[in-house]
Amino acid sequence: MSQPLTQTAQTASAPAAAGRPVLKSPYPTEIRPYKPGLAERLYLPLLGGLMVTMRHFLANLFGRNKMYTIEYPEKRRDYSHRFRGHHILTTRPDGSVRCVACFLCAQNCPAECIHIEAGEHPDVNIEKYPVVYEIDMLRCIFCGYCVDACPEEAIIMSNNYDMAYFTRDQSIVGKGDLMKPFTFDEDQLGYRPRFPEEDVQRSKMRRDAFNLVEAAKQAQEREAAKAAHS
Amino acid sequence: MSTLAPAPSKTTTSEIPELEAVRAKFPAGSILPQDGLDQPVWIVSRDVLFEVARELKENPQTQFDMMLDLCGVDFPDREERFEAVYHLYSIQRKARLRLKVPLREDNVVLPSMVKLWKGLDWFEREAYDMFGFGFDGHPNLRRILCHEGFQGHPLRKDYDAQRRWILTEDKIYTPKFDLPDTGDDMFERMTINIGPSHPAMHGTFRLTAVLDGETIIASDIEIGYLHRCFEKMSETHSWQQVIPYTDRLNYCSAFINNVAYCKTVEKMLGIEEAVPPKAVWARMILSEFSRIMDHCVCNGTTLVDAGALTNFWYLFQPREEIYGLLESVSGARLTVSACRIGGLIQELPPDFEARCRRLLEIIPPFVDDVEKLINKNRIWIDRAVGIAAISGEEAVNWSWTGPCLRASGVGYDVRRAHPYDLYDTLDFEVPVLYGGDVYDRFRIRMLEIRESLKMIRQLLDRGMPSGPYIVSDPHVALPSKEACYNEMEAMIYHFKLIMDGIQVPEGEIYSMVEGANGELGFYTISDGTGKPYRNHCRPPCFPIFSTFPRLINGGSLSDSIVSLGGLNVIAGELER
Repeated sequence: MSQPLTQTAQTASAPAAAGRPVLKSPYPTEIRPYKPGLAERLYLPLLGGLMVTMRHFLANLFGRNKMYTIEYPEKRRDYSHRFRGHHILTTRPDGSVRCVACFLCAQNCPAECIHIEAGEHPDVNIEKYPVVYEIDMLRCIFCGYCVDACPEEAIIMSNNYDMAYFTRDQSIVGKGDLMKPFTFDEDQLGYRPRFPEEDVQRSKMRRDAFNLVEAAKQAQEREAAKAAHS
Repeated sequence: MSTLAPAPSKTTTSEIPELEAVRAKFPAGSILPQDGLDQPVWIVSRDVLFEVARELKENPQTQFDMMLDLCGVDFPDREERFEAVYHLYSIQRKARLRLKVPLREDNVVLPSMVKLWKGLDWFEREAYDMFGFGFDGHPNLRRILCHEGFQGHPLRKDYDAQRRWILTEDKIYTPKFDLPDTGDDMFERMTINIGPSHPAMHGTFRLTAVLDGETIIASDIEIGYLHRCFEKMSETHSWQQVIPYTDRLNYCSAFINNVAYCKTVEKMLGIEEAVPPKAVWARMILSEFSRIMDHCVCNGTTLVDAGALTNFWYLFQPREEIYGLLESVSGARLTVSACRIGGLIQELPPDFEARCRRLLEIIPPFVDDVEKLINKNRIWIDRAVGIAAISGEEAVNWSWTGPCLRASGVGYDVRRAHPYDLYDTLDFEVPVLYGGDVYDRFRIRMLEIRESLKMIRQLLDRGMPSGPYIVSDPHVALPSKEACYNEMEAMIYHFKLIMDGIQVPEGEIYSMVEGANGELGFYTISDGTGKPYRNHCRPPCFPIFSTFPRLINGGSLSDSIVSLGGLNVIAGELER
């Protein structure tokens, strides 16, 4: 065994012999592993660990509604108003599609999953409408760039993430299917340019804050009046 | 409406005496200093490259001991068509240097520098794979990201991005081993494959190990199963469209990738200072939450590999809550795309601060519980202490960054060494441990979670800055929807931005942030059009994972599984 050891020692000193000064490394050249203490070697901290798991076990047993896991198909997670799910093509008051086939969404799509064929609209003020509007849901990455690009608020997103298909052809969703579910109510909508719910929430928070400030002011005034009275 | 700010001031090499002293040692004309937007640039002739690199590394005045990155660039119109770009870093001096080596098309062979920096091993293979560069003296110069049967070099400009190949099994990667020539016990050796699809491989990696009993005596890894050439895709899409691709790099902390990329482009545009305070504030908070999430995933899965399943559930609960916060900001949980160049995707939700405060309450108990279960648990100590250990000096040589490097005793953190955003105004510590093993890598992540929480608390205490969430420059950010629906000018800007993309001025930049597993850098070149000319990502776990055979050789097979978890290798980022 001694022979190879001397060999390594020689190779290590070789650069120094070649005239290059060997720098002292500014970094630790050896490892200093953790050294467990006596209690750890006797497995004592495991008792503390057992307490932790027992606490969690009891908490989960008696507080099942506080658990993070959800029994999925029956219960669903609450998502915010911004969830980026299945797309919706919005409609005009008369029920026709709002899209004017400007191709901005198709241009802005990083996944190139939107296919549009434009046609001439009978109304000269509208000019164009999409004869074909297809989204390949298997290609789509749900980034919301189509919503950002749309200058007409014609495409928005819903919070529906249930998208399963039996064949690949079904995954290419056409204009009819994108417009059809216009029985959508407010809380099924997802990512879109404006969030009226949040504005309501924001103004409520602002009002609450204002009320708090007002209440504090009134209290102060009352105090001052009391002090002046006495 | 405002126009683009002037480009940031340039730095030159002539201002740095240490570099000039090195340059004087080489024949005139072999090194040409050049202006760089972000760091000094040297154009080095290939003949002296190896000597220059060795001088830069070993000269005590320069001390460029870390080779961060190597990538190629293709300029088909130039006489010297290719450029190999090296990024050097000196941890001691906090200095950076970019070396560029021009190459003619008929001779693309460079000297291999694996002898100087072991971390270059895979980077050189990648440059060979993507550009066809040769590396004289490389021990194993084969394709790394593409299949062995792939033809051509995909990042060359004349390679069609739509091209398809049929890749068959008759040309597959054959592992290369440095088998110790002991001569005895030959009958006991067995070669086994772990992966590519194996629950213990976090992602799809193929580990081939030669075993002597339970001990690994040699091993090799094959990667590339998740390679999608995101860099080529960037070249065919606009600057803004690259953001969803960056989500898919390190998908455990997608938000940090968004920030890193957006900051790079903002620097090129010269609008870094113009990003609104609210956006910077929210970016920092969400980055730190993403880091917590990433550390939770990494530590949780490492412990699962060691058989401690309970901690996995405890650590994934805060992660679930953080996903809820990210979803309320951007609309997606995993691939958030929550940044835009110049700001954020949307106005922050009204309950943003309340949610963050709630998270600050929720996360610490889980971290405490896991530490109580694990830190002093002898079963874990026996599995982890001294396993896959690497010294700080060696880790630097292998180009390690991030928590893994800090667990080996080198306290390099981008947030501290090169503070960006508001990090220089925050009070936080960079934890450093000296074990360099799985145990210390685990512990350092736990410590960093606490530091991140501390930073978030400080930011929340300052209160949300008022103002817009994105710059108001119509050459960069889309006009507001109200303006777009009602004003002609805004409508035109809207169309111009989406049809032509952001027009980024010509130039190149390397910009980095502290990612969850190390220095995440983007080296980006613009030719002044709406698409990146070249967009290279410096993935932190790429050099870290290249060390894996060195870490596990000599250890037992079951230890190799635990050590993989501790490295935090993310396939999406490793293979891009």
